[in-house]
Amino acid sequence: MVWFLVAGVLLVLNGVRAVDRSNFKTCDQSSFCKRMRTMGLDQSPYRAILETLELSDSRLTLQLINDNNKVRLLLELYRLQGNMTRLKINELKPLRSRFEVPDVLVGEPPTKPLSMVSRDEAGVVLSLGTDAHQLVLNARPFRLDIVEGARVLLSVNGRGLLAFEHLRPRKDTNTQKDSEGEETTEGAQEEGEEREEEEPGMWEETFKSHVDSKPNGPSSISLDFSLPGVEHVYGIPEHAENLRLKTTDKGDPYRLYNLDVFQYELYNPMALYGAVPVLLSHNAQRTMGIFWLNAAETWVDISANTAGKTLSGKVLDHAQVPSDAPQTDVRWFSESGIIDVFIMLGPKPSDVFTQYASLTGTQSFPPLSTLGYHQCRWNYNDQEDVRAVDAGFDEHDIPYDFIWLDIEHTDGKRYFTWDAANFPQPRDMLRGLQDKRRKMVAIVDPHIKVDSGYRIHNEIRSRNLYVKDKDGGNYEGWCWPGTAGYPDFTDPEMRAWWASMFAYDKYEGSMENLYTWNDMNEPSVFNGPEVTMHKDAIHGTWEHRDVHNLYGLYVQMATAEGLIQRSGGVERPFVLTRAFFAGSQRYGAVWTGDNAAEWGHLKISIPMCLSLGLVGISFCGADVGGFFKNPGPELLVRWYQTGAYQPFFRAHAHLDTPRREPWLFGPQNTALIRDAVRQRYALLPYWYQLFYHAHRTGEPVMRPLWVEYPQDVATFTIDDQFLLGRHLLVHPVTEQGSQGVSVYLPGVGEVWYDAHTFRRHDGDQNLFVPVTLSSIPVFQRGGSIIPRKVRIRRSSTCMENDPYTLYVALSPQGTADGEIYIDDGHTFNYDRQKQFIHRRLTFANSSLSSSNLSADSQFTTASWIERVLILGGQEPSAVTLRTADGSRSLEFEFDAATSVLTIHKPGVNAGSDWTVLLQ
Amino acid sequence: MFRLQVFLIVSLGAALGAAVEVQRPRGVPLEKRHFYDESRPFTCLDGSRTIPFDRVNDDYCDCKDGSDEPGTAACPNGSFHCTNAGFRATFIPSSRINDGVCDCCDTTDEYNSGVSCQNTCRELGQKERETLEKMAEITREGFLLKRQLIEEAKQGLQEKQGKLSELQASRKEHEEKVDALRTVKETAEQPEREAKERHLKAWEAQKAALQLEKEKAKMAEVFLELDGDADGLVSVSELQTHQELDPDGDGALTDTEAQGLLSGADKVDSAGFQNVWSNIKDKYVSEVRGPSCLLLKSGETDFWLEVSVHSYPEDDAGDEEDDEEEDDDDDVPEEYDDKVTCHRCRPMCATCSSLPESLEKEISFDFGPSAEFAYLYSQCYELTTNEYIYRLCPFNRVSQKPKYGGSETNLGSWGSWNGPEGSKYSIMKYDHGTGCWQGPNRSTTVKLTCGKETAVLSTSEPSRCEYLMEFSTPAICQEPPSLETVAPETDPHDEF
Repeated sequence: MVWFLVAGVLLVLNGVRAVDRSNFKTCDQSSFCKRMRTMGLDQSPYRAILETLELSDSRLTLQLINDNNKVRLLLELYRLQGNMTRLKINELKPLRSRFEVPDVLVGEPPTKPLSMVSRDEAGVVLSLGTDAHQLVLNARPFRLDIVEGARVLLSVNGRGLLAFEHLRPRKDTNTQKDSEGEETTEGAQEEGEEREEEEPGMWEETFKSHVDSKPNGPSSISLDFSLPGVEHVYGIPEHAENLRLKTTDKGDPYRLYNLDVFQYELYNPMALYGAVPVLLSHNAQRTMGIFWLNAAETWVDISANTAGKTLSGKVLDHAQVPSDAPQTDVRWFSESGIIDVFIMLGPKPSDVFTQYASLTGTQSFPPLSTLGYHQCRWNYNDQEDVRAVDAGFDEHDIPYDFIWLDIEHTDGKRYFTWDAANFPQPRDMLRGLQDKRRKMVAIVDPHIKVDSGYRIHNEIRSRNLYVKDKDGGNYEGWCWPGTAGYPDFTDPEMRAWWASMFAYDKYEGSMENLYTWNDMNEPSVFNGPEVTMHKDAIHGTWEHRDVHNLYGLYVQMATAEGLIQRSGGVERPFVLTRAFFAGSQRYGAVWTGDNAAEWGHLKISIPMCLSLGLVGISFCGADVGGFFKNPGPELLVRWYQTGAYQPFFRAHAHLDTPRREPWLFGPQNTALIRDAVRQRYALLPYWYQLFYHAHRTGEPVMRPLWVEYPQDVATFTIDDQFLLGRHLLVHPVTEQGSQGVSVYLPGVGEVWYDAHTFRRHDGDQNLFVPVTLSSIPVFQRGGSIIPRKVRIRRSSTCMENDPYTLYVALSPQGTADGEIYIDDGHTFNYDRQKQFIHRRLTFANSSLSSSNLSADSQFTTASWIERVLILGGQEPSAVTLRTADGSRSLEFEFDAATSVLTIHKPGVNAGSDWTVLLQ
Repeated sequence: MFRLQVFLIVSLGAALGAAVEVQRPRGVPLEKRHFYDESRPFTCLDGSRTIPFDRVNDDYCDCKDGSDEPGTAACPNGSFHCTNAGFRATFIPSSRINDGVCDCCDTTDEYNSGVSCQNTCRELGQKERETLEKMAEITREGFLLKRQLIEEAKQGLQEKQGKLSELQASRKEHEEKVDALRTVKETAEQPEREAKERHLKAWEAQKAALQLEKEKAKMAEVFLELDGDADGLVSVSELQTHQELDPDGDGALTDTEAQGLLSGADKVDSAGFQNVWSNIKDKYVSEVRGPSCLLLKSGETDFWLEVSVHSYPEDDAGDEEDDEEEDDDDDVPEEYDDKVTCHRCRPMCATCSSLPESLEKEISFDFGPSAEFAYLYSQCYELTTNEYIYRLCPFNRVSQKPKYGGSETNLGSWGSWNGPEGSKYSIMKYDHGTGCWQGPNRSTTVKLTCGKETAVLSTSEPSRCEYLMEFSTPAICQEPPSLETVAPETDPHDEF
């Protein structure tokens, strides 16, 4: 949903349909960004004072001094478990404490011993565990280099862009007492301040009609990183951008500042709804990551360089880098807080995922049903409308699991309530859905209508849990309900109270099959600067400036906790959020916000979700059909086909658009959409297994090709196709009137099978695939086994006990492997009581067998193995099934034209040991 | 009676079949029983394959057409037959067998899913019969009403056609008269002048008095109409319901403009309204067109003749200037400048000003195969919901007005009959209503259902700016198949 009212007015005034850029700051309009970016590329004024170095077992501390103003900083270095280095820089003696991001890390990251290799006047060399991995600290100027043997992997402050605006008293309040407190560096600091004070926008900043009072003055920070040998960097979502990030020298840096952007534009670095300050670098040798843990407004500059230009100091004794080697320089700057950086050293893509997951956690394991299809619209008008749409799916034999209610279902945009005229009996409605084994999601936004007749408002106010304005009153802004307050979700007490509101007796009309959607949680404030909250609003002791990018994460965190608590901790929650931050993956799903019914938006849904997956957020989707405007039938069909193969599969539409339920575009298009949705449902066992893995390891569900083919340079920029897990390659059709697509099948010596025709293709080639309107180019990797449930029913829950068909795609060596994962689909019992089945399926030496991957888990399933398809197989003379009960022969048929062997009805339970032998 | 007996046997057979599993495989309808002979191999119904009979309903799909698994969910395209004794037998997609959702009212689709279904066939059957009986009654009575409507429409049409030709004739006659008079005038101008002047004076006085009286009556009528809340005062907001009064023609009657029309006051009483009336009378368009027009159409008072009569014949012939003045006052279309002035009609009913045209237009409407919908013409029907008053004026327009003040929104003007082939007259389409922001022009689909009453049953806005109305009318009622057979056909169910 969008900032509709005000934007609507602007739209009329400007007569344009795209984003109104003037609503959002450019770097030039954000005073710290401008200050930082115009900082010269002179030698860094920072020097390490080696005498202050202290090395404990796992932690090194060292003071840095800015020779221009004599302000001292404290550097902390940690070697973390799992091949990571953490670097923290704060003021040695800040005037006030500076904000350090809480609640994002899953815990204090475990450290490993850090030992000194050598030390001289120029600096120190530390060992990062192995002889090859060392950290070289150069004292004057301060720089850090991480080297592996003779290779420099990453340099910190190589370009001397470390900057730290120390906190200082306001000039007009710079009393005697304050200056006394300045201690040793007093004189020099005063001198330094004189110069710095001249910069505009340090103590007050105006954007359009909004004044940021900046009571604490300048506080921004900056640091640069050089990546020798790297030409491809990824991540730092959310931007409507290609997978591979572009250099930003010619325009604005990429911005990370959660904003409600009305009708966003494609391929530009403007900030969107969410922010994950994690950047991945990749070349054929190594994948690394930089996690900049800061929740304030942040900008990231990326430039292409050559290695020789930034190499200097002590590292030259240790490593050689060809001076003309390509290099990518990355510079981060944030408005407040401290520098807290995690350098993830890989080296494999999967290592980086594991490293990042160890810091911020993994994707929550969603209920199986949430991987089905979601039908949403702003708005389904009333209970009868919901009933009719639900019936429409049955009439047209299209499965779905969730129907969604947007803001109009509430009583005057008072969340946790229902419109009395249109939704008089919500429980009846929910029971009706439950009878069909389906579910509902209703929206609960974080802005609370200021209305003394509204219980939620009254309680938050009386508990004093609203965000405060700069003068200490409750902060108020405009949003859907009109004047609204914004609960301070950074406060644990607020989150606990919020969670308690989801109890069935508190949230009237709610039931077990009602889940939640958090929209507008950037937070969106229609009349605020850049449509969000004033930076000088107050959250406890911190300014909104410090916590802005965390707000959305906290909203979803509290909501997810509420859904867990209401079931007594038994049921897994499902919460969709629009705003997010690092760590949001732990709380549910995200979508790419208010896109539009345009081919370009369909196309960009792929890189947008790929980028999110790389930084831990696997449960991603885009509004199928496009939120704004009206899709033609071709675009709608293509979007269903694409969405069916993306993690979060939900159709959504703006209030002003004509209806677009799948059956409204003629029988032919209905059939095409039905087929796409049914393909999704058949693959649910595989999707579920991928999410289980994402939950266990942090590996993305939807991945760029380079993640699985890290040495294949041809894959590094591909973002019009992707992999689901390791086994499926998808190249959706995203061009209007397409006659065919060029699919890159990676893997020298590998083969791929067309998932629909079973035709076999060699890897390491660009394959032209002719397409019709019904085509969804999908390929299964030779060497893989994928379980499907081909009996498509009304909803995923209806398919719970259905049998599996195994698709065994043989490698050129005649082998294949895969997995099968089964649990109850909705509770935490898989975790707390180890109630699940996890088995390995292996095909080798003409025999297919199922073996237990988790000996200490237990679960019984009614599902059985219905059929086995062996792709690329040969005709056997006999097929025998062996189980604990003995052997029996199985029927089979072989299609010589496609080389597909179909084995009938092994009939074994999906949780048991068995072997099928081909003779 | 014969039909009844056949039905009984089938139903009994079906009931037995469902109860005794051996007779035929699960999910097979009785009429296909003979394809499933357990003593022989089974041939898929599409003939594609023959399999041993023990593979019928063995929960593995062998036939491409799904015919080997009528009682399991194994085939993607299979269908399962519910006998539903006591109700209606039906087929469901085989994907709904044992899916934990009760589909067949006889519970037979959920034989192995653990869900416990209640047999609701008897209830459903009862309910359906009641509904059917009710429907049949409505249809019966509605159809009788429809016959009447057709009859009336036939007469109405004849009358109108008669009137139209009469009017056309009289117009011709008048024109001829004018010519004749002109000739008379030319020849007898001199001797007649005196007499004429005297005559004219009297006529003028009489006309002025008449005019004044009419004006007053009209003003009172308008005052009452405008005073929506009946507080004896006309207010700014009440005036604003008539956007046509906008003085600067920008399409919006603002508060200030409305206040200007009220001579600066917020409200005026009936005495004060006199001044206001002179400000607005030229532009004012009444809302109560329907009844006025209906009155005219019905021909009870021959308004048309009246108008013709009270215009002074020689007036036109004798005085060109006077003629022009009248033109200005009444804004009468030129083609009628001589005789066919429409003083009283015009302000009340814009569509009547060109009566022959409106008659022609009316006659040309598609009022259904037997003109059964003609009675809806010029009528309006309202439905009041929580927020709005919806008004459907068939063959004219649909509109919506906030219940608590605010201006009316046009939800579409008459477009066409828009039902699917075979039932074209079941849906009316109104389009080109007021535009929506970033959206289409408003439009309304009116679904007609058979009913004794003529009324708007419901309105909704399934999609932004696309409205849906349910409208009941006897004119859509179909002839009941046979009034005698309807009842007995449903009776046998009671015996189960």
